[in-house]
Amino acid sequence: MTQTRQGGKDAVLVMGCPQVPVQTGLALYLLHALRKRGVKSLVAGNQAARLLLEVADPERHYLGEVMDLDRFISEIAEKKRRFDYHFVFIHNDAGVSYAATVQAISGSPVIALIYGEHFQEMAELIDFPCEKIAAKATHNPMPLKNKIDEVLPWVVSNL
Amino acid sequence: MGCIESLKYEIILRNASFRECREYIRANCREYLDVPPGFRIFDKHIIGVPPISIGFDGDTITFPYTKPCYGTFLMKVEDREEAEKIRLSVAKKSK
Repeated sequence: MTQTRQGGKDAVLVMGCPQVPVQTGLALYLLHALRKRGVKSLVAGNQAARLLLEVADPERHYLGEVMDLDRFISEIAEKKRRFDYHFVFIHNDAGVSYAATVQAISGSPVIALIYGEHFQEMAELIDFPCEKIAAKATHNPMPLKNKIDEVLPWVVSNL
Repeated sequence: MGCIESLKYEIILRNASFRECREYIRANCREYLDVPPGFRIFDKHIIGVPPISIGFDGDTITFPYTKPCYGTFLMKVEDREEAEKIRLSVAKKSK
C-alpha cells in the first residue's frame, strides 16, 4: 500500500540525536518554511528529537505527524509510504549513514542539512547523490538558516 | 535495539564509522557479502553507506548496527538460520 497525498507535496525531516543545539530550532523553522510553501511535512526521529519538538510546539502550529525513526525506515523500505523530499539532519557519521539509506531505499530526492563542529568532514563523507546544505552551526542557527532560505525556494520548485 | 537486543551478541567495535566497520569486516572475516542499505537482517533494516559489508565465519555473522546517538556498532552473532537466509537472499538478488 503506497500512501500519497492528493495535490500538494510531502516532505520528511529525518532527525537523529539532538546533541547539537541548533537541530530543534532549525527543524521548527524548516517546518514553518515548508508549510508556507504548501508542503506537508512529517518528522521522523528518535524519541529525544521528537520530544524536543513536541515540547517546543505544544499546540502544533508547525509540527504535524511524527514517527519513530526505525518505523519510518521500515515503511519506506517496504514501500508503504513515499514522500517527495527528505531533509536529513546530519552532524555525525550516523547521520550520513541514515541519509545514504534514505537515498537508497526511497528513490526520492535527499537534501542533507549538515551542521556542527565537524560539518566539513561530514560533508566530505557524502559521495551518494543528494543536495548538500552545510554550515558550521552549533549554537547559532543563523548560518544554516540563511542557507536554507537561499536554497529552499529552488528545492521546492525543482526537486 | 528491538529484537537485536534479545540476541546473544558480541560487540567488536563501538561508536565506529561506517567505513571502519566495512574495513574491519573485509580484513578480518573469512568471507563477506555486500548488501544495499535497507537490507533486512534479524528483522531490522540495515542502515549504512553502500557498499555495506556483512562478514561470515561459518555461522557467525558480523554486521554493522547504527543508532543515531551512538554511531555504528560492529556486532557478531552466531546464527546458522540467519546466515543461510542472508546468503540465499544475496545470491538470489545477484542472479
